[in-house]
Amino acid sequence: MTSTTPDLPSATKRVRPPKDRGARRARPPRHGWRKAIRRDWQIYSLAIAPLLFFAIFRYLPMIGNVIAFREYLPGGPLFGVQWVGFYYFDQLIHDPNFWQVFFNTLILGGLTLLFGFPAPIILALLLNEVWSRGTKRFVQSVSYLPHFLSTVVVAAIMMQGLSATGVVNQALGWFGHSPIEFLNDPGWFRGIYVSSEIWQYAGWGTILYLAALTTIDKQLYESAMIDGASRWKQTWHITLPGIRPMMIVVLILNIGTFMSVGFEKILLIYNPLTYPTADVISTYLYRVGIVSGSFSYAAAIGLFEAVIGLTLVVATNTFARRVMGVSLW
Amino acid sequence: MVSEPIVTGGAPGPAPGKPGERPRTGPRPRPPARRRRARQWPPQGRGYRVFRVINGIILFLVVAAVLLPFLNVVAQSFSSERYIDAGQVSLWPRGWNVTTYANVMSNSLFWNNYRNTVLYTVTATAIAMAVTTTYAYVLSKKHLRGRKVLIGLAVFTMFFNGGIIPNYVLVSYLHMRDTVWAIALPNAINVFNLLVMKTFFENMPQELEEAAAVDGMDTYRTLWRIVLPLSKAVIATMTLFYAVTFWNSWFSAFLYMDNQGLFTVTVYLRNIIDSVTTVANGQMAAGTQVQIAANIQAVTVVLVAVPILFVYPFIQRYFVSGVMLGAVKG
Repeated sequence: MTSTTPDLPSATKRVRPPKDRGARRARPPRHGWRKAIRRDWQIYSLAIAPLLFFAIFRYLPMIGNVIAFREYLPGGPLFGVQWVGFYYFDQLIHDPNFWQVFFNTLILGGLTLLFGFPAPIILALLLNEVWSRGTKRFVQSVSYLPHFLSTVVVAAIMMQGLSATGVVNQALGWFGHSPIEFLNDPGWFRGIYVSSEIWQYAGWGTILYLAALTTIDKQLYESAMIDGASRWKQTWHITLPGIRPMMIVVLILNIGTFMSVGFEKILLIYNPLTYPTADVISTYLYRVGIVSGSFSYAAAIGLFEAVIGLTLVVATNTFARRVMGVSLW
Repeated sequence: MVSEPIVTGGAPGPAPGKPGERPRTGPRPRPPARRRRARQWPPQGRGYRVFRVINGIILFLVVAAVLLPFLNVVAQSFSSERYIDAGQVSLWPRGWNVTTYANVMSNSLFWNNYRNTVLYTVTATAIAMAVTTTYAYVLSKKHLRGRKVLIGLAVFTMFFNGGIIPNYVLVSYLHMRDTVWAIALPNAINVFNLLVMKTFFENMPQELEEAAAVDGMDTYRTLWRIVLPLSKAVIATMTLFYAVTFWNSWFSAFLYMDNQGLFTVTVYLRNIIDSVTTVANGQMAAGTQVQIAANIQAVTVVLVAVPILFVYPFIQRYFVSGVMLGAVKG
């Protein structure tokens, strides 16, 4: 009995990567900054350009969000001209369009997560049961392909296939169904969007899981087989727990993009007819801000979205760390 | 019951004659990898055999679902409008037509935009690689004071960013509109790529660098002469990552370029799609026009996607290895 127990911790231990002891030892006890700079100034100098990048193009825009609280004039000062307090947030709370796009975002993001997250896991498990190397590699190569295409190309392919005379409607025609205007019908939008996301990313998503699968100790399977466990039981009790840390990491990352769901693709495939289901926060703020020029109001919407997104990630990460012992940071 | 080891007997190679057999204990030298695998995945039981058939069917359907949309577009690009209009083109071209290809390829705006894509991709990738490599190298120095802060500064931007509006305001404010900088600079560091490179540098043997330092080589030359030549694989991978991203991107160019002579080919395609939707949303009378556009659209899609599709089989391997490298660190 004790012969199986030593194996199990090795599977769970992977959950919490060991602290890098080398780093801890290598760090000098308590040198001052001055000494560090004198010794490593050349290394620090290499960081100047990247730090400028982060300061200007990442952190400055974060500060630039103050225009959500200030009046901004196009072409005027970067941070606006005068304080208006919560004027734009007040406007946001009373904007029925905003609440519509807010709920659209939640629904679309939720559906994408619900179907898009398990899809690569299932595909990876199926691929794991393929026993010919060549077949496996072929299926992998093909399924990765859509990930390499521009969103514009994907949108164009969707439009071709889903148009009134497109191949999908032709197939419906064989069953005597009259053509459906898929991309002009709000009722179809969510299904189409989620399917296209799966089409584009499920294959690519398997890479991480297949990598995690190779790290599972083969002996676990051997001992399970000696105990007479079926392949299904092995999958359930060995494979899935083995890739669980990876699943959680991917889940946290997915939740991080939950609020900004598919901006570029939606912008390409939606149209005024499908706004009732297709319009999400990011596309709405794009129209409000960049198309109509209400920068401050759009910044308020964007800030609202970003803060919710950050909260979701931090909450998920904390939850995962407390409950499952896996986390991103 | 005792027939367990016979599983290996599936391979007719070594005669099962007992005397000549290798001792069964201890790790065996070469073949085990394959043989162990065979023992692990026995097609034991009818259930599993049925499952494998179903699995094969599912995976076949996956492959078909991925490839058919491509075939459909290629077929449409070689068909004449008449057949597309009638909804008769599915997977094989009907009414063979290559004039649209000739027309699109002789369009000077198309070529101009294509050249812009190449130009922007090369510039942006070069800048991105320079900045990403140097920062990753800095972050890989474990003894560096303030390293944690430098890493945190980068990682935080993965989860929180300024958003579209402040970025747009900033780029306009810096007068970068209508220049390649609007595309290259705001996207110069992808934090995921940065972390992959950092991991790679961390795992490099330190001895060479230490020897170089003893010989009086400064950091810059060590990086250029010793570290980079040893990192060709990761550099190639990251270059591809960036290049494909920039090649495929359209939104920056769409947002910051006001003159159609500065558009990328993806924006060119986007404008074609957009006019198709606009017409489709208008009166149905414009039907014929839509179909002409559909044929042009198919041709443009093929021409935009072809470079990627051609290099894809060669670069795919690098991409996978890059992702794996990042995944190891988690």
